[in-house]
Amino acid sequence: MSKMKALVCRECGKEYPPKAIHVCEMCFGPLEVKYNYDEIKSTISRKKIEQGPNSMWRYIDLLPVESTSIIGPHAGLTPLVRAKNLGAHLGIDELYIKNETVNHPTLSFKDRVVSVALTRARELGFETVACASTGNLANSVAAHAAAAGMKCYVFIPADLEAAKVLGNLIYKPNVVEVEGNYDDVNRLCSEIAAEHGWAFVNINIRPYYAEGSKTLAFETVEQLGWRTPDQAVIPMASGSLLTKIWKGLHEMKALGLVDEVRTKINGAQAEGCSPIATAFKAGRDFFKPVKPKTIAKSLAIGNPADGYYALKATAESKGAMDAVTDEEVVEGIKLLAQTEGIFAETAGGVTIGVLCKLVKQGLIKKNDVTVAYITGNGLKTQEAVVDAVGRPFRIQPSLVNFQKTFNMGKNSGGES
Amino acid sequence: MTSLRFHIRFPENKIKEPIIYQIGHEFRVVTNVRRADVRETTGWMDLELTGETEEIERAIDGIRTKGCVVDPIELNVVE
Repeated sequence: MSKMKALVCRECGKEYPPKAIHVCEMCFGPLEVKYNYDEIKSTISRKKIEQGPNSMWRYIDLLPVESTSIIGPHAGLTPLVRAKNLGAHLGIDELYIKNETVNHPTLSFKDRVVSVALTRARELGFETVACASTGNLANSVAAHAAAAGMKCYVFIPADLEAAKVLGNLIYKPNVVEVEGNYDDVNRLCSEIAAEHGWAFVNINIRPYYAEGSKTLAFETVEQLGWRTPDQAVIPMASGSLLTKIWKGLHEMKALGLVDEVRTKINGAQAEGCSPIATAFKAGRDFFKPVKPKTIAKSLAIGNPADGYYALKATAESKGAMDAVTDEEVVEGIKLLAQTEGIFAETAGGVTIGVLCKLVKQGLIKKNDVTVAYITGNGLKTQEAVVDAVGRPFRIQPSLVNFQKTFNMGKNSGGES
Repeated sequence: MTSLRFHIRFPENKIKEPIIYQIGHEFRVVTNVRRADVRETTGWMDLELTGETEEIERAIDGIRTKGCVVDPIELNVVE
């Protein structure tokens, strides 16, 4: 029996065979993967996982693929860094950073979801993959497609910054600049996905793609010594990452890999695009779409597909949500870099900024085992901090000039 | 013939208007509502439109002209 039972509608529960479909034909609700947990439970164990590959594919039993021919075999198993300095700064005894800035091959958590999506796409017989993206997703799809020898189309708005376009072109996909705004790209890609027989990773392959995010929950639990954290702080764009971490934690409990899920799930957004956090704070079970205006572009999804489910997961876990200003995003990036030596992209600044707020509000307490998810590398969004990091010291090439600059006398300093 | 699926949002001042009925009369499209949530101050609807592609696009422009917001059924797919 296959570990994948079906695709199931998250709204009406109707089941479908696990093919390249993403919307329920009955009610138009989104589909997600349903597993044969009894089957999986009979084979999975902590020991088996620990003996698996040094990547997220050690959790293959809980991922929606059937073969062992993996695209992106090195994704995941990123460090869970014990953040002693940042913890001391915030007054948290046990703080961890799940450091996705070093994910392989494109330095963001998207390598997880894309690895699953392309592996599944090839299993389903697709030769062409596509995505609509302004950043991390495009990088990851283009890189994985190049390595797998698959045809690739990346759709971007025509006014995207040159550096981001270059980051895709290097892998030689077909980069399509759409003359129009963000909404135009969005609509066109939905129509192309409906008309062409391609694997659009975040459209018709989305039920599989999204499952890759669960591995962040699995790894966190294993790296904490098979225990769930008390608090998780997770950035939200579509809201999918947060909902899948919540799903992953509960799968581990259902399979007997952990005794309990005690985690409060906390969502983080930037104020310039915070439809989910705003709804949560207003006590609403629905969000109002917004036009994004924030430097945290990787989180700038104004009409998030999983917003409703993120609200639900956070409420179930008794967690919280909050948002930070662009200034707080930059401060968050700097704080993480200067305390832990980790340079995060703007989404990481959002996570750290909201972490700080939740601690100040008393929602995260001193003794809470806390994990903050840092989802992408700062080298990708250097423009966000270029005016906030100061300038180098400029000196003449003489020892005297150097010592003067740093107020050092001869033989002083003692830091050689 | 093509069938495309959309998520329509109604602003508060449009909730009482029979916009979908009007669209079915003004354009050569078949309208098929699959899911909706209409409240006092907000409303949305998941809608399928069937017809020639150009006519569907005209119908979408028509819904927008009447003050509604139209998104693909997947909402935002640009990540």
